[in-house]
Amino acid sequence: KNNVNIKEIGPGMAGADSDDSLYPIAVLIDELRNEDVQLRLNSIKKLSTIALALGVERTRTELLPFLTDTIYDEDEVLLALAEQLGNFTMLVGGPEYVHCLLPPLESLATVEETVVRDKAVESLRKISHEHSPVDLEVHFEPLVKRLASGDWFTSRTSACGLFSVCYPRVSSTVKAEIRQHFRTLCSDDTPMVRRAAASKLGEFAKVLELEYVKSDIISLFTALASDEQDSVRLLAVEAGVSIATLLPQEDLEALVMPTLRQAAEDKSWRVRYMVADKFSDLQKAVGPEITKNDLVPAFQNLLKDCEAEVRAAAANKVKEFCENLPEDSRETIIMTHILPCVKELVSDTNQHVKSALASVIMGLSTILGKDNTIEHLLPLFLAQLKDECPEVRLNIISNLDCVNEVIGIRQLSQSLLPAIVELAEDAKWRVRLAIIEYMPLLAGQLGVEFFDEKLNSLCMAWLVDHVYAIREAATCNLMKLVEKFGAEWAQNTIVPKVLGMANDPNYLHRMTTLFCINALSEVCGQEITTKHMLPVVFKMSNDQVANVRFNVAKSLQKIGPVLDSNCLQTEVKPVLEKLASDQDMDVKYFAQEAISGSSTGLFMEKQCALFPLSKKCFRDTWLPKCFVQLFTKQTILLFILTPNLPAEPSCSVYHHLLNLSLGSHI
Amino acid sequence: SSSSPPCKVDGFPRRSMRRARQRRSHSSSQFRYQSSQVELTPLPLLKDAPVAELHDLFCKKLQQCCVLFDFLDCVADLKGKEIKRAALNELVESVATSRGVLIEPLYPEAIKMISVNIFRTLPPSENPEFDPEEDEPALEASWPHLQLVYEFFLRFLESPDFQPSLAKRYVDQKFVLQLLELFDSEDPREREYLKTILHRVYGKLLGLRAYIRKQINNIFLRFIYETERFNGVAELLEILGSIINGFALPLKSEHKQFLVRVLIPLHTAKSLSIFHAQLAYCVVQFMEKDATVTEHIIRGLLRYWPKTCTQKEVMFLGEIEEILDVIEPSQFIRVQEPLFKQIAACISSPHFQVAERALYFWNNEYILSLIEENCQVILPLVFGTLYRVSKEHWNQTIISLIYNVLKTFMEMNSKLFDELTASYKVEKQKEVKKERERAELWRNLEDLQERRLQSLTEASRNQKNLQERENTTKSQSETSAANTT
Repeated sequence: KNNVNIKEIGPGMAGADSDDSLYPIAVLIDELRNEDVQLRLNSIKKLSTIALALGVERTRTELLPFLTDTIYDEDEVLLALAEQLGNFTMLVGGPEYVHCLLPPLESLATVEETVVRDKAVESLRKISHEHSPVDLEVHFEPLVKRLASGDWFTSRTSACGLFSVCYPRVSSTVKAEIRQHFRTLCSDDTPMVRRAAASKLGEFAKVLELEYVKSDIISLFTALASDEQDSVRLLAVEAGVSIATLLPQEDLEALVMPTLRQAAEDKSWRVRYMVADKFSDLQKAVGPEITKNDLVPAFQNLLKDCEAEVRAAAANKVKEFCENLPEDSRETIIMTHILPCVKELVSDTNQHVKSALASVIMGLSTILGKDNTIEHLLPLFLAQLKDECPEVRLNIISNLDCVNEVIGIRQLSQSLLPAIVELAEDAKWRVRLAIIEYMPLLAGQLGVEFFDEKLNSLCMAWLVDHVYAIREAATCNLMKLVEKFGAEWAQNTIVPKVLGMANDPNYLHRMTTLFCINALSEVCGQEITTKHMLPVVFKMSNDQVANVRFNVAKSLQKIGPVLDSNCLQTEVKPVLEKLASDQDMDVKYFAQEAISGSSTGLFMEKQCALFPLSKKCFRDTWLPKCFVQLFTKQTILLFILTPNLPAEPSCSVYHHLLNLSLGSHI
Repeated sequence: SSSSPPCKVDGFPRRSMRRARQRRSHSSSQFRYQSSQVELTPLPLLKDAPVAELHDLFCKKLQQCCVLFDFLDCVADLKGKEIKRAALNELVESVATSRGVLIEPLYPEAIKMISVNIFRTLPPSENPEFDPEEDEPALEASWPHLQLVYEFFLRFLESPDFQPSLAKRYVDQKFVLQLLELFDSEDPREREYLKTILHRVYGKLLGLRAYIRKQINNIFLRFIYETERFNGVAELLEILGSIINGFALPLKSEHKQFLVRVLIPLHTAKSLSIFHAQLAYCVVQFMEKDATVTEHIIRGLLRYWPKTCTQKEVMFLGEIEEILDVIEPSQFIRVQEPLFKQIAACISSPHFQVAERALYFWNNEYILSLIEENCQVILPLVFGTLYRVSKEHWNQTIISLIYNVLKTFMEMNSKLFDELTASYKVEKQKEVKKERERAELWRNLEDLQERRLQSLTEASRNQKNLQERENTTKSQSETSAANTT
């Protein structure tokens, strides 16, 4: 079938204009039809290359009809095709020809696989904006209608996503038709279509004129929200929120509230969950009065729901809900209506509920102020700090900053300490890891004395944890602590302990010393590094375990930038050279890396600074081939220019460089 | 009640009890709508009732059974639970054994009792990554009552007195839809009852058949394309297996569509292994009904052939063998080419179970006879693979299986075999050459693209420069004009 000799069309292409005829469509189409799916997929992903080779006219007259006719392939290929076609406008000759892309996308919008269909709809939405109003009515809108009245549910589902993009830009008669089609789909026979319609209802309402929102959308919303299938009803909830934002305040009560109230008490937990999940948006949409009268009791019910899933979703919203209550009655509502429910949730039977609450409950203190926090919230925090589930305790500890602002952390510190100690020694390493991450924050809030007295020993203990991830996190934690408390504190408290571990009989602990030095040298500064750390590192270069020795080489490379050049030459270099002749090949390797690495580092940095610039100028498709050539030239140039380059990459200098390296403007 | 001692009233294993207690409120979602808990008082036994009062008493018992109990709290209202259990037992017994009990006024009462008890929103799954193969299902806590209600429903449908014409007023579309939704229950005991019951409903209430099929379609489509979660797929397929069996010929387009757009895509599901046996049965049923669907089936399976999951690949091969077992030779010819390309690909799979499963086809007498008849087509398709894999595969069993297959082919058609052996190297070289040419083509295409883009950017840059120059000259002339004034 491939009877064209590629040699003939290969080389010898002179000008860009004469290339068109050199690529018979048959050869290119053969590539799109290759038996191997992977090759076919690759070709489709480079469809723009093919289109460019064909030129705009033949892309329109030959390539697109072929694509339209042969859409029966693996979903993966179809997905790639659907995506490509969304970016094809220029390749078919610009906006005036964009409608040529509609036939293949229409077919793609009817396939079974959801991912493909969604991508086709996404591309259709994208190119709809490139249609002129006339083209939209002549080409695009008829397509939407065809899809909306398709036999199989897939095309009708796809149609749901297209109404809102064409509605604003068509004439009023066409608008009426579109509304009619949408209405039909909302009462479609198949639940899949009703789900699609329900999920697009809010979006569609936004582009409709207010009178039609009131006359059309409300009845559709009411119908979908009382659908026989809960999967449809729950999607209507989100639409309800969008609709509520569109309506004037005085209409809300009559038009949407009855339906939303009903959703909050739906017999299916999925619908109630959705209401809880969207509660903050809902609250913003309906405004303060309805919030006070309707949403507060509804929220109470959700917090007391019989399904843990619903309670957890509602608990997640406690802070946001309280924050957004109207200011005049906020405190009263919280104290009399919300807090009692929150108190119950603190001792909920389900740990997900408790931990959802723990992640937001601290935020209430800023809303309620100092006195209420001490009197009402503090007991709850303390109870949660003692919760049996570590996640609950962690969530409380991770949000301590909110309380710190209001009442100061001292109020909590007595209960905090046992909670932290317990988490620090939890049997699960992930829990230990999580608490380590909060240490710098806690240290900042509790102050240096409290830290030295109570927590320092914990931080040191983590350094010898039997899980590597914990030891690693512990070294990083030390660095952050030094950033907080300063180099002097480090020298007095942690550095001696860290360096002491260099004599530990366990080689893993000796390595931890090196890792700590890597992390600490920069924050501790040159003096401490040279005076205290470097001698220890040198001493360890004679360690009998090879792993320790090659980590010495790595450490020396890491801390090199902190040291002065004299020290590097006279002290570090000899040690590295000794290691470079080590009998272990890994030690040798890393020592050599360290010796060569320090000189090339700067150069590589400058080289990389150029890379993104050139990428931006010429697009990534251009780069791979030319880059090699460019790279060589740049390398030479940079050797000459590096010392004189400004520290901050200034565009003009680099641009000039680039031109130089391309040999264009010399 | 939160401190209720562990108890084994319903005899569940401890694990499910623990789960049930964690989720203590789930099935109590039913209670939200019961204003107050009614105290039950035992009624006289049905068997002692005088004939005149029998129906009235039956009705009262049905009403009594509409009261729901909290089974997550296993010590709550034990007396009431026992009364209901006894009443349900009596109702089951009565419907199953005595004639003339089911009179018209009882239908709405019976269906109401059934609806109140079984229809509920299923609780959220305790384990979001519930794997039906690995994990223990969460069992329904109220099973002691629920089972009896299902039993009653089943006996009711199977009773010789059962009159579909009376029942269809109450067992309507809405009822059936709710019944189908229950198939998502995690409890296999419940799904087993539902399966039998739905089968009976389908058998007896003819007016609901099309509706039931359509709703099952919807459930499957949602399962395939939206959620990938539904616990009762195997049970529904089992029912469909026998429904397909009863399809009239020629097949209606609705049924063909069901095969092509629902059954075949079901093969893409992640949890295929749970219902594959039932699915393959349905597919083969279709073929046996009407051989012309064979091509759709095989091409469909090839389209959805697993790419990374070898376990599924083995299942697909198993299904293909089941299909080939009953395929008509005329249909075989239509699909042999793509099919044997796939089989060749399976033979070269580095996973030895896949390769082995594919090679086993040559042990099947019927398939072997089909291969022999079409040797001229099939041998060239698989020869290259067999030849290569026989030299390369890591697994000794595979190599010896391949030698057997090669031997079989040699005996089938030694002339063709020799020709292929002789041309093997040339073919290989041709392939390599073609590959080189492809690479060349793409290289040239990319060169061209690069030049085009470059000229495009240059053009736009020139345009921009031109504009800027114009602007500056314009502003210059403006300023100079301003200066002169």
